[in-house]
Amino acid sequence: MKQKELICIGCPMGCALVVEWDGKQVVSVTGNTCPRGDVYARKEVTNPTRIVTSSVCVDGGELKMVSVKTNEDIPKDKIFEIMNEIRKTTVKAPIQIGDVILSNVAGTGVDVVATKHVASI
Amino acid sequence: MEKHDIVIIGGGPAGLAAAVAARKAGIQDILILERDSRLGGILNQCIHNGFGLHTFREELTGPEYANRYIRMAEDEGIPYRLNTMVVDINEKKEVTFINREDGMTTIQAKTVILAMGCRERPRGALNIPGYRPAGVYSAGTAQRLMNIEGFHVGKEVVILGSGDIGLIMARRMTLEGAKVKVVAELMPYSGGLKRNIVQCLDDYGIPLKLSHTVVEVHGKQRVTGVTIAEVDANRKPIPGTEEYYSCDTLLLSVGLLPENELTKGAGIEMNRVTSGPNVNDQLETSIEGVFACGNVLHVHDLVDYVSEEATLAGTNAAACVRHSEHKTPSHPVVLSAGDGVRYTVPQTMDIANMNDQVVVRFRVADVYRDRSISIYYDGVRVAHRKKKVMAPGEMEQVILKKEDLNRYNDLKEIVIGTEVE
Repeated sequence: MKQKELICIGCPMGCALVVEWDGKQVVSVTGNTCPRGDVYARKEVTNPTRIVTSSVCVDGGELKMVSVKTNEDIPKDKIFEIMNEIRKTTVKAPIQIGDVILSNVAGTGVDVVATKHVASI
Repeated sequence: MEKHDIVIIGGGPAGLAAAVAARKAGIQDILILERDSRLGGILNQCIHNGFGLHTFREELTGPEYANRYIRMAEDEGIPYRLNTMVVDINEKKEVTFINREDGMTTIQAKTVILAMGCRERPRGALNIPGYRPAGVYSAGTAQRLMNIEGFHVGKEVVILGSGDIGLIMARRMTLEGAKVKVVAELMPYSGGLKRNIVQCLDDYGIPLKLSHTVVEVHGKQRVTGVTIAEVDANRKPIPGTEEYYSCDTLLLSVGLLPENELTKGAGIEMNRVTSGPNVNDQLETSIEGVFACGNVLHVHDLVDYVSEEATLAGTNAAACVRHSEHKTPSHPVVLSAGDGVRYTVPQTMDIANMNDQVVVRFRVADVYRDRSISIYYDGVRVAHRKKKVMAPGEMEQVILKKEDLNRYNDLKEIVIGTEVE
């Protein structure tokens, strides 16, 4: 049985978690104050994921950049591949929150969406 | 002179939440004055996620969180003026501002809500020896340059201070292709949230050196490197521990200071620990009808608590406008910081006029394990709650209920402290 100590990143409380797993399956999660901690711990030892946030250049907008995020969490080892695609991208204003900026980014099945309104000029 | 019931200084998360709450409490005549060209304040450059779990039960980015409140304010039709810099407030609640359309204008407020936020502690406050080369930024400045202006700030980076903005920027610069070599923290603990150490440093293998500081900045035109040394218990560099890091950028994430020039100018009583005004349980300052909330009152870790606090300030300001006749204040109860507590907000309470309950927020002085938070009423311990870990970087709170307080006659002082047992 393997044990691993984790800090939950689900919210600012930062609960100290202990995960027990047999190499393949998670046997127990302790130390969490809410269900998010349990979900996080199970994912973190099997398939860790993160939300990626960045900003993308805007053409013809009131702002030079629009902030973006992956609209779901993506596998941790895809972060830099996703960043490479984000960096190459320019979008045209106007942009609304939730507009898809990149669909199926890096083959993850997840979209990169805008998190800010940018009016055109 | 132009007159308004409530004038709110600052259109960031605190100002917006206060405005929405005041309108919901029935006040029509509200004006927000904002110095930037859009509402939302610092959230506009905080493009990372993790906001709003408390308020909206979902995880939002900073701009999305700001937009929720901007929409609420716009749905309520609350007037605001952008690009408008308030330059003076006085004890008569006359507010003087400058903008391109109105020039310099003074307006009369019935009540004022201070919501100016905070700013970063600058390099000048740190006494780092050496030249003043280009490439030294406060973390928030670098954040604005990258996220709003779209500049690349640097390629090889050292960060001094492990406040949340520094941690967030360590990740942000790494994602943009920079090499963040080390984060040095003067204190033996980080001032940032634990989750940010995990997801911003550990995820990218960025070392955090506690009890370390920058002792020299190298380079004359542009930073070429920094020397970092370990510090002893008195935070003095230990000779022989110096280590050189080549870099073109040094970010400083060394604390935030409430932006209180206007508050001081109005002659409002200030608190030496928070650097914000002293307030009562209504979040009212020493000038009646002037309220304060958010980072101008005390620096918060979470915008969710800023919104909550500002909602209270907005509601209370609305009540103050409605009952323009003087409320009779009872003798104020003083709230004091006991062992291991640096400060409390509020600093006084008026039990006769208080709401059903009051949230008291405070910070502990050091990292404590297995200590309790205790509340004393005039020397009698009335509450006691054990906490596994407490840290200065994470704000704590207790809730005081009116029905409990009413049971104590002639109460003079409430002390909130930590205890080993």
